[in-house]
Amino acid sequence: MSVRIASSALYERLTLGWAPWDRREADLGDPDPWLHAQLHPGSEPAALRTRLAALETLELTPKALFDRYLPPRAQRRDPQVRREYRRRARTIYRQAFAARVLRGLHSPWQLRELLVDFWFNHFNVFAGKGLCRLWVGAFETQAIRPHVFGRFRDLLLATARHPAMLFYLDNWLNTAPGSPGARGRMRGLNENYAREVMELHTIGLGYTQADVAGATHLLTGWGLDRRTGFAFDPDRHDFSSQTVLGRRFSGGEAEVFAFLDFLAAHPATARHVSREMARYFVADRPADALVDHMAANFLSSKGDLRALTGAMIEHPAFARAAARRDKFRTPYRYVLATLRACGCEVREFRPLIGILRRLGQPLYGCLSPNGWPSTASAWLSPDALAARLDFAVALGGGWLPLDPGRPRGEPYVIIAPAAGDSFWGRRERAAWAAAPQRLRPAVRLGAPAMQYC
Amino acid sequence: MRRRAFLKLAAAGTLGWRSTAWGWAARATAPGPRLAVVFLRGAADGLNVVVPYTEDEYHEYRPTIALAQPGGRGGVLDLDGRFGLHPALSPLLDLWRRRELAFVHACGSPDPDRSHFEAQAYMETATPGVRTTRSGWLNRLAAALDLRHAAQTVAFGANEPLIVRGPAPTTTFPAGRGALRPQPLDRDPVRRAFDPLYRDDPRLGEIYAEALHTRATLLAAARREGADADNGAGDPAGFPGDAERAGRIMAGDRHLRLVFFSLGGWDTHVDEGAAQGTLAARLAPLGRGLMALRAALGRSWRETVVLVVSEFGRTAHENGNRGTDHGHGNVHWVLGGAVRGGRVYGTWPGLAESALYQGRDLAVTTDFRSVIDVLLANHLGLSPHARERVLPGFGRGHKGLDGLLA
Repeated sequence: MSVRIASSALYERLTLGWAPWDRREADLGDPDPWLHAQLHPGSEPAALRTRLAALETLELTPKALFDRYLPPRAQRRDPQVRREYRRRARTIYRQAFAARVLRGLHSPWQLRELLVDFWFNHFNVFAGKGLCRLWVGAFETQAIRPHVFGRFRDLLLATARHPAMLFYLDNWLNTAPGSPGARGRMRGLNENYAREVMELHTIGLGYTQADVAGATHLLTGWGLDRRTGFAFDPDRHDFSSQTVLGRRFSGGEAEVFAFLDFLAAHPATARHVSREMARYFVADRPADALVDHMAANFLSSKGDLRALTGAMIEHPAFARAAARRDKFRTPYRYVLATLRACGCEVREFRPLIGILRRLGQPLYGCLSPNGWPSTASAWLSPDALAARLDFAVALGGGWLPLDPGRPRGEPYVIIAPAAGDSFWGRRERAAWAAAPQRLRPAVRLGAPAMQYC
Repeated sequence: MRRRAFLKLAAAGTLGWRSTAWGWAARATAPGPRLAVVFLRGAADGLNVVVPYTEDEYHEYRPTIALAQPGGRGGVLDLDGRFGLHPALSPLLDLWRRRELAFVHACGSPDPDRSHFEAQAYMETATPGVRTTRSGWLNRLAAALDLRHAAQTVAFGANEPLIVRGPAPTTTFPAGRGALRPQPLDRDPVRRAFDPLYRDDPRLGEIYAEALHTRATLLAAARREGADADNGAGDPAGFPGDAERAGRIMAGDRHLRLVFFSLGGWDTHVDEGAAQGTLAARLAPLGRGLMALRAALGRSWRETVVLVVSEFGRTAHENGNRGTDHGHGNVHWVLGGAVRGGRVYGTWPGLAESALYQGRDLAVTTDFRSVIDVLLANHLGLSPHARERVLPGFGRGHKGLDGLLA
């Protein structure tokens, strides 16, 4: 791979922003070895691993989370017990949040962190919906993270079988009417997942209602075992054959796999996934040439996501876009970039949960299955900009209680950007010099250049 | 706003909050009718708000939480011989008598979803059943009314709710006791530090100017009108304080056309209470707040409609915890100087077992969008084409709502 681009521009676009502990990488002259490493990440540093290991809910299975954090059946109607368990369950969310932020701050494998953000969002689940509040972190750890450099087919299957997705898009309820297993809430069709797995996860628009109906029947019985793990229930499945997108599937569990394989390899999926990825990494309106290039790579590599990511980065459109630094940071990327620029040691995560909510992008908090948009039009408004600048002043001034070891109100010392950074020009240097000492960090964190990557 | 306007703005900013009107009238659309939406998050129990007290089933279904007949101890306040108002809302009775308060009963979403989040989202996007809508209906309404300035559409509270999200400029304004406390960007030294960075920025300069302008406009309106009334005492907490402040801002700035509030705490699964208790404790400040809004609006009340909604109703029967669970149909409230109140609108389906939705909930006989549509047409004067932009795909009529607005 060979990319010709100023390393600082490349770095801003493919990381969560420059951080003092990444100094050497940021200064590197030839980006290719760095890029190669980012595409083939190694293990995380010991200090980060130690902090992650302290988050005891992080590696729990959905079943373990369910058993430990839901009240026993006999006490489930007792309001006091419910409240207590609800309170306990919030630690799971906080730990998932902490893990995401810690990795974003301290992992040297920054491209992987961006890809986790992108793919989680592509297969969005919402922490506010019922049992998903227990499972969003597990979903990220188990279904998303292991596959961001793997095969799209494996990623799709991991999400399709994860309890968080089965619950979020209701397929655990999807039941063939009149089937032997139909009872209670599970007595009819639910087309929610069948529609979104096509429209959002794979082929995009271009299906008909008949395709949704066929896929819904095919996906009956694809659900949860006692609400804790994936299970296929033949008693609720419709074994008749179905036609979806011009392909005939006979019934049965193996045919559901065949259907997901078919979707994963579909040319429309190659284009849809490529466009979404290019929108996140390259441009709000990605050029057709770039999407074509990526889609061709997706098809020839059989959905190899490492190859797809590399194909995107090596395309000239990527270097051109990165050099313009014109991708408006989403609130998530902005907050992480400012924390990294400060070199923050975050030990208290609650203030950040509130700030992401205030900036409009609570982590794991997107209700709708299409996930958060990544385009400027969705995030750039007067109110949003004011909120970012208020936050920049509070953070830069050391007023946010993120690190109990640090005196309140002590401004962060932010090292000035590298001399070659064309986005920190005369205007920025003059504003920095003119600002009172205590507001200099805010000038750095709130500057227009910081809003973009 | 181009550079010259910005310089004027920057100059105004350093002079203090009172100088606000630089070229603003020219940019903003003319003053006109206002709409306030109050969202009761958590599903308010409409059957205990506007109570069908004459129906035997009501008392039968709710042995511990039913409200008593009018005149009884803690009894409902009779509205029309058929429905009675929760006694905690007694301040509103005056409005009812003045015919400035109407209700639409058995109102709600055609979507059967009983999840708070999804039902709230559907009510905020006004596209029930469509999960992927990204814009809220108040945002689309701001566009339809050609409200080009963020300070014309204001959501009170720290976080931007879905109902105002979308391409049209809108803003949030803090709620609660500290609402008028300066934020960092309200301080002169902070603005002076950011001004040189943003002033000429081709991508963000205008948006930055707009952000400052919006805050200055709203704060100025709040302070100008409130200086005497407050008498240094600070705002009352909770909704009455927020509503009063919003009323002041709206009275002070007639370009502000659309406002939004949300109130939590309506999810009364446990110990809902009757004349007193959890629900009563939520209703009392709501009633006081609506009256405070009216008082603060002064003459503007005549051009204002307030719509109070909640994502769905609650079960007709009380549950095993002396509360109610997630249901379906609810009561929506319509208040204002222009409302033809003193009537319960809609089509009352009754509480007979056979009339209940899925055998358990008040049925929905009026789609919540038809109430909105009546407001759009008869209060805000939108054409059918513009209404279609605000309520895409909603083509149904206004059965049971004739005369709600003159």
